[in-house]
Amino acid sequence: MSLPLVVFLPFLGAIAAPLFAQGGRTAIAIASSVPALIALAALFPHWETLADGGTVLFAKEWLPAIGISFTFRLDGLALLFSLLILIIGLLIILYARYYLKKGENIGKFYALLLCFKGSMLGIVLSGNLLLMVIFWELTSITSFLLISFWNHKQDARRGARMALAVTGGGGLALLAGILIIGNIVGSFELDDVLAAGDVIKAHAMYPVALTLVLLGAFTKSAQFPFHFWLPHAMQAPTPVSAYLHSATMVKAGVFLMARLYPALAGTELWFYMVSFTGMATLLIGAYVAMFKHDLKGLLAHSTVSHLGLITLLFGMGTELSAVAAVFHIINHATFKASLFMAAGIIDHETGTRDMRRLNGLWRYMPHTATLAMVAAASMAGVPLMNGFLSKEMFFAESLKVNLPGAMAWLLPVGATAAGIFAVAYSARFIHDVFFNGKPTNLPVYPPHEPPRYMKIPVEILVFACLMVGMFPAFSVGPLLYSASYATLGGAVPDYHLAILHGFNLPLMMSVAAFVGGLLMYSQRQKFFAFHARFKEIDEKAVFENVVTWLVNQAHRFTSLVENGSLQRYAMLLVVSVIAVAIVPLAQLGLFIGESGLSPVDWPTGIAAAVLIVSAIGAAMGHRERFSALVLLSVVGLVVALAFARFSAPDLAMTQLSVETVTIVLLMLALFYMPSWTPIESGSNHRIRDVILALIAGVGMTLVTLAMLTQPFTSISEFFLENSKTGGGGTNVVNVILVDFRGFDTLGEITVLAIAALGIYAMLKDTALTPPPSDGQGHAWTRDAHPLMLKQLARPLLPLALMVSAYIFLRGHNLPGGGFIAGLITSVALVVQYIACGMSWTQDRISIKYHNVIGLGLLFATLAGVGSFVFGYPFLTSTFEYLKWPVVGKFEIASAIVFDLGVYLAVIGATLLALVSIGRLSPHSAIKSPQEKA
Amino acid sequence: MELVFALVIGTLTATGVYLLLRARTFPVVMGLTLLSYGVNLFLFSSGRLATGEQPILGTADSYSDPLPQALVLTAIVIGFAMTAFVVVLSLRNLADNDDDHVDGTQPKQPDIDVQDEEEITGK
Repeated sequence: MSLPLVVFLPFLGAIAAPLFAQGGRTAIAIASSVPALIALAALFPHWETLADGGTVLFAKEWLPAIGISFTFRLDGLALLFSLLILIIGLLIILYARYYLKKGENIGKFYALLLCFKGSMLGIVLSGNLLLMVIFWELTSITSFLLISFWNHKQDARRGARMALAVTGGGGLALLAGILIIGNIVGSFELDDVLAAGDVIKAHAMYPVALTLVLLGAFTKSAQFPFHFWLPHAMQAPTPVSAYLHSATMVKAGVFLMARLYPALAGTELWFYMVSFTGMATLLIGAYVAMFKHDLKGLLAHSTVSHLGLITLLFGMGTELSAVAAVFHIINHATFKASLFMAAGIIDHETGTRDMRRLNGLWRYMPHTATLAMVAAASMAGVPLMNGFLSKEMFFAESLKVNLPGAMAWLLPVGATAAGIFAVAYSARFIHDVFFNGKPTNLPVYPPHEPPRYMKIPVEILVFACLMVGMFPAFSVGPLLYSASYATLGGAVPDYHLAILHGFNLPLMMSVAAFVGGLLMYSQRQKFFAFHARFKEIDEKAVFENVVTWLVNQAHRFTSLVENGSLQRYAMLLVVSVIAVAIVPLAQLGLFIGESGLSPVDWPTGIAAAVLIVSAIGAAMGHRERFSALVLLSVVGLVVALAFARFSAPDLAMTQLSVETVTIVLLMLALFYMPSWTPIESGSNHRIRDVILALIAGVGMTLVTLAMLTQPFTSISEFFLENSKTGGGGTNVVNVILVDFRGFDTLGEITVLAIAALGIYAMLKDTALTPPPSDGQGHAWTRDAHPLMLKQLARPLLPLALMVSAYIFLRGHNLPGGGFIAGLITSVALVVQYIACGMSWTQDRISIKYHNVIGLGLLFATLAGVGSFVFGYPFLTSTFEYLKWPVVGKFEIASAIVFDLGVYLAVIGATLLALVSIGRLSPHSAIKSPQEKA
Repeated sequence: MELVFALVIGTLTATGVYLLLRARTFPVVMGLTLLSYGVNLFLFSSGRLATGEQPILGTADSYSDPLPQALVLTAIVIGFAMTAFVVVLSLRNLADNDDDHVDGTQPKQPDIDVQDEEEITGK
């Protein structure tokens, strides 16, 4: 249980930490340290198991179907990284407390830092590769946020974006690689994968998987040619650089190589890909570091170079190279983190990081200078420092690689060259900054030592450098052994940790590097002049150009398909529907199925003819809007007749009432709109549309014909059989609506309600002035509410309400029900508005239709929830027979409550929509004289 | 009978699609209405055409398919909600743009404002 605790505590801390921000920087720093302290305490008891190469496992199922599980696995390698992350993390928290200024958003900073720490711990402790990828991506995201912490700076935003693009993209490649590996092994559990190394390496997909995984590792660890993001990430606050870009995040890539070493390493492909990439990175980073004037730029390129060194070591595949790699991971983390912190202190106290201005700081801050010099010496590989030991091992291993012919010299020479550069840039760091004359033009003058506690983290790390350098076997021996054991996945070859191994070739290489480096530094002006002759490739510009190109292509594509014309979109939609439908339908190849055609009776034929003529008339004469609308209503009425003709009385009644409401709605809208449609499309355009319409129409005719002449079996037998016995009603359609498929109906009246509320919202503050006359130029009649209509409409209301109540009540057994009754009531009310005017009706019907909708939905939902009370699923209905006086035996089903909800929702929605439109111009010119009074 | 029914649906689809492709909101709304008539009839007919077999128990010997009828019943009501919504959308368009063209007449906004553009492309 302690392992998931270690991973998830920082995330909990990230939630809690901002709460302490009010208490000031010290309070939040203390609060943020708690998760790491607990984690260290939780890891401590496991040491016994790990020292001999054992593992601690925590497994919990998550998504077994796709192979993800909450498996956390602690072994020597994971422990080493956990300790680096936790201990350096603690030092960073302390350091940042003094680094950040008052008034900065410390809550956000510490929360992000803790999130990052949790993600990093997740990577190293994951025992499931997919889980690891998730944490991997989390580090990309949290580091993006940390780099852009000062998001008012444009460079910080750009640097963060670049880092995210490169590492995030690498993360995708890694995911693909992991999926392939999981596919080969049949499991994503780390234990299974590590045990299946031979199977993976023998598999045909091994090169692909390896390339993808290495892409992930190389992007994360800033290997050539992906190294360019790391220097630009230096826009981050220095605690972030010290933590992410020396000790942790960039180490995730080399961690991955160490983690999968038993599963992937040892082939020729691995050797060439990893060692040559590492070699190139080592040399390029070291060379460029020489010429950087920015203190952090120097350190960043030096980091790139050292990461290349570690990668190279993993690639070489000699007996001890992996051990040397692990050792150098420890050493680099300690000296580079302290150097970054020292650089941050200098920046903090002088206001600049430009080494052309920073000179002779020894006089002002001797304490800091001493610490920085020791750390830089370690970076250069001076004896008695930890950097010397692992570099010595590196030199020794580089001599053991067997490459054919002249290539045999490649590695030792390259290693020595890199050593020369490292000594040179380390010398520059020391000499240029702390000696070499006087500071020039410092923003803060005179500089002085930082607060006492800001130096403590640096002191601790420098002390560690010295301890490891002088007493290696005592200080890191056991940790290195268990980490190497875990990396190699078994027996560790014999090796000996000592300050000196005698006068041998590696030592000579060290001496050569040292002398060469100092010589190079002393002649630096010549090198600077030489370097200045080459035009420096600005990786950022290249990257930005690539991004710009991609954005432009995206814009071009977007404007190609999306030109802003809805008319065009509608056309494209129709075309694509036709294109999608035509392929399978063309293969169907039959128009009249086995059932054949049945004879047509005259009345049906005439009705169909009326419909077809009216529809075509409406389409052809659509410019004359009012007549087209009349023809449209004819079509709607014939459709209602068709429902009645073909055994669907409920549908006929619904269609009839909806038709009425729709036409009223369209008439209302037409009142405000132009009554003519101008000719806008050219004739080609119209011919194209006619062709599209004809294709659609012919297609639908053929499809319908094919469908109607096919024999079929329906699933409706169930409804017919159970309607009476299960739902208590004989009108099967209604029982389906309120009982069998009640949940659908609930959803549908909700949509209705949302549409009505949307209409209300759209028109709430809108005013439209109707045209002063109709389409033919006639003035509107003065008598907006004719007497005859008024006198007829008023007595109609109670009658209509009674009819709708009747229709509603009988709905369960005979055609009718909530939908139809609601529509009839709506029509009756709308007629009042039309006949008597808006204000007259509103004075008398003061119901708010919003509330009616709400009440309807409430009834329907309650009817559903009610069945929970009796222990049945949502919307289970029950029914009972009652004997009413006069009416006789009467059946009452609980579904009637639901139907009542439908009834109310329909009324509310319909009237809210129509009244909203009717209210559009409350002061319109055509009020009846009575209303004016 | 089936042929007549299919022709009706075809006509409704063709006229609906043609009006849907017009440039003004009112014809488009009418087109949508015609198209939804066609779709409703098509859905309904997937239960096949039956005469005098209304699915009300005890009124006939055999019954037509009630399920498409239930589907179409709600489709009619939802179709009305949709029509009303689109009509109001076009009214709002008329109020805001003084025009009932489906594309509106507001000047086209650039996709991304200049500040963002600079951010993304790094110019």
